Amino acid sequence: MAEPEHVIPEHVIEVEGLVTTFGATTVHEGLSLRVRRGEIMAVVGGSGTGKSVLVRAITGLLRPKSGSIRLFGEDLGALGDAARQALRARTGMLFQDGALFGSLTVAQNIEVPLSTWHRLRPGLLDELAGLKLALVGLPPAAGSKYPAELSGGMRKRAGLARALALDPEILFLDEPTAGLDPIAAAAFDELIRSLQAALGLTVVMITHDLDTLQRTADRIAVLVDKDTTIGTLAELRANPHPWIQAYFAGPRGRAAAGGES
Amino acid sequence: MRVLEHERAVTAWVETLAGPDTATLRLGGSWRLAHLAGLDRDLIAALARLLEAPPRRARIVADGLDQLDTAGGWLIVRTIRALEAARVTVELVGARPAHAALLELLRGSEAAPCDPPPRDHPWLRLVLRTGAGTVHAAQEGARFLSFAGAVTLSLLRQLLRPRTLRLTSIVHHIEQTGVNAIPIIAIMAFFIGIVLAYQGADQLRQFGAEIFTVNLVAVSTLRELGVLLTAIMVAGRSGSAFTAQIGTMKVNEELDAMEVIGLDRLAVLVTPRLVALAVSLPLLTFLANLMALVGGGLVVVLLLDIPTVLLLRQLQAAVGIDLFVAGMIKAPVFAVLIAAIGCYMGLQVEGNAESVGRLTTQSVVVSIFAVIVVDALFSMLFATFGI
Repeated sequence: MAEPEHVIPEHVIEVEGLVTTFGATTVHEGLSLRVRRGEIMAVVGGSGTGKSVLVRAITGLLRPKSGSIRLFGEDLGALGDAARQALRARTGMLFQDGALFGSLTVAQNIEVPLSTWHRLRPGLLDELAGLKLALVGLPPAAGSKYPAELSGGMRKRAGLARALALDPEILFLDEPTAGLDPIAAAAFDELIRSLQAALGLTVVMITHDLDTLQRTADRIAVLVDKDTTIGTLAELRANPHPWIQAYFAGPRGRAAAGGES
Repeated sequence: MRVLEHERAVTAWVETLAGPDTATLRLGGSWRLAHLAGLDRDLIAALARLLEAPPRRARIVADGLDQLDTAGGWLIVRTIRALEAARVTVELVGARPAHAALLELLRGSEAAPCDPPPRDHPWLRLVLRTGAGTVHAAQEGARFLSFAGAVTLSLLRQLLRPRTLRLTSIVHHIEQTGVNAIPIIAIMAFFIGIVLAYQGADQLRQFGAEIFTVNLVAVSTLRELGVLLTAIMVAGRSGSAFTAQIGTMKVNEELDAMEVIGLDRLAVLVTPRLVALAVSLPLLTFLANLMALVGGGLVVVLLLDIPTVLLLRQLQAAVGIDLFVAGMIKAPVFAVLIAAIGCYMGLQVEGNAESVGRLTTQSVVVSIFAVIVVDALFSMLFATFGI
C-alpha cells in the first residue's frame, strides 16, 4: 500500500540519539530505535524507563531535547505544522484506556478522524464506522453507546477502531492488554495479529504482558540504561544483561515461555 | 455489450459494462480514503443503473487496482452484497493476493452501518425533558433531605461525645475556608462599601442629605449585603472546594475504602466541614461588615468632606445592636447551607472526572441560589416580627 512515487524506506520509524529530560532527570540518553515496515515491535522496560515518553516523542506529543526522529523517512523536527499533521494522519494511536471522547458515541468517535481529514457524506461515515467496529469485533449496537456505558475491554476495542479509522500505516498501542482478563487479552493479541497481517500494519506497542510479547511481537525493544536493546525473544533470552535476564528468565517470563517450549 | 459508464479519474475509477447476461465492473487506481467520496458516488450510480434490469451474473475485475485500504474494500464488499441481494451471482477476479485477502476479511466481518443515535420529535423531547427534570428535582430534593437528616444525627452523636469530634480536621477547614479567605473578603467588602457610598452620595446630594450616605451604607451592609456577599463568595470559594475534594475522593474509591475500614464518611468528611464553615463564615461576615464601613466611611470623609466625628455620631445613631444581630444571625445558617450542599454534591459524584466538574459547578449555582432564597425568607420573617 506504499505510495508508488516514493522510494519505500526499509525502516518506517528511525529514532537516532534521542535525549529527553524532565527537570533534572534524564529519561533517554542517546536512544536509538529503528522499526521495519510491517513488523510488530514491542517496547518493554521497568516503570519509569520512559516507554510512554518514547512513544509520545515518536508521535510528536512531546518535543525531545535533542536527537532526530524520522517517520517514513521524514525528519519530524524539520517539518512544518501542516506536513507534521499530514504525517499524523498516516499513524494511529490506541491510548491506555481508549481516550474516547466522552461526549460522543462510539460511532461518532470513529467518525472524528474521518471527517477531520476527508469530506464524506454522513451515510458513508456511518458505514465506515460500522466497518471498523466489525473489524475490531464489536457488535453494531455498540456504535450508538457512549464510552461510559462500555466495559474496559470494549473501550479498548472502540479505541482501536478509532485508531484504525484512517487506515494508518503505523499503529501505536499503549499497554493494549493491561486491565483485561486473560481471555480478553488473548483475543486482543489475536485481533492485533490478524489486523496487522490483513492490513500490513507496522505496530509499535508498549506492553508489560509477557504472553502478548510471546504471541504477537516480531522484535522487542528493551529500555535499559536509558537506551534500547533490540532483538527477538530468543535473542533477548540469551542476552546477559541482568535486568533483561530477570525480565525474561524470571518466574513469570519462564511461565509465559513454558506454553510454547 | 454497451458501455454504460466510463468514469476515469486520474486516481481511482470504476467502469461498468452491462451485457444481457453478464455485467462487468472494472476497478482501477488507488481505492483509498482520499478518493472515497467520488468512488462512493460512482458506485451507487452504477449499481442503480445495473439493478434497473438485473443481469444474471456480475464479474468484478480488480486487476487494475493499485492500492486498496479497508474503506475502499468496504465499497467493493457493499456492492457485492447489494448485487447478491438482487440475486445476481457475483464473481471477483484479477485481484492481487493481498487485495483478495483484505476483501475476504471484510466480507467475513459482519459489518453494518452504524445507526445515527435515535432522536425523538422536538416537541416530545421538550415534554420528556421537562418531565424528567421535574422528577429528577423532586428526587434530588428528597435525597438532600435524607442527607440533611443523616448529617444532623451524625453531628448530634458527635456533640454528645465531644471526643469523637475531629478537632484537627475542623481546624484545618477553618484555616482553609476562613483564614485563607480573609484577604479576598476584606478587599471585596472594602470596595462594596466604596461603591455603595459613591452611588448613595450621588443621589442623596440632590436633596442635600449627603450625611445620610452613612445610614445607607451602614444599614444595607450590616443587614444584607455584608453577609450575603460574603456567603456568595464563600459558596464560590469553599462550597465548590468541598464538592471537588469529596468528589475526587469518590472517583479514587477513597470513600469506599473508608467504608470498608469502618469509618463513618459523614463524621469524617461532612461534619468537620460543616462545623468549620459555621465558625468561619460569621467571622468573615464580621470582617466584611467592618471593611465595608471603612470603605464607605472613606468616601464620606474624603469625598463629601464630612468630619470623622460627625460620621461616627451619624453611624451611632443609625446602627443599633439589633441591626447588627439581624445580619449576623444569618451567617451560620448560610454556612450550614453552603457546607451541606457542597458536601452533598461531592457525594453525588459518579465514577468519572467529568462528573466532578459538573457537580462542582452545580454545587456553586445551587448554594448561591439557596442562600438568596433563604435570605428572602429571613427578610419576610423579620418584617413579620417587625425587626
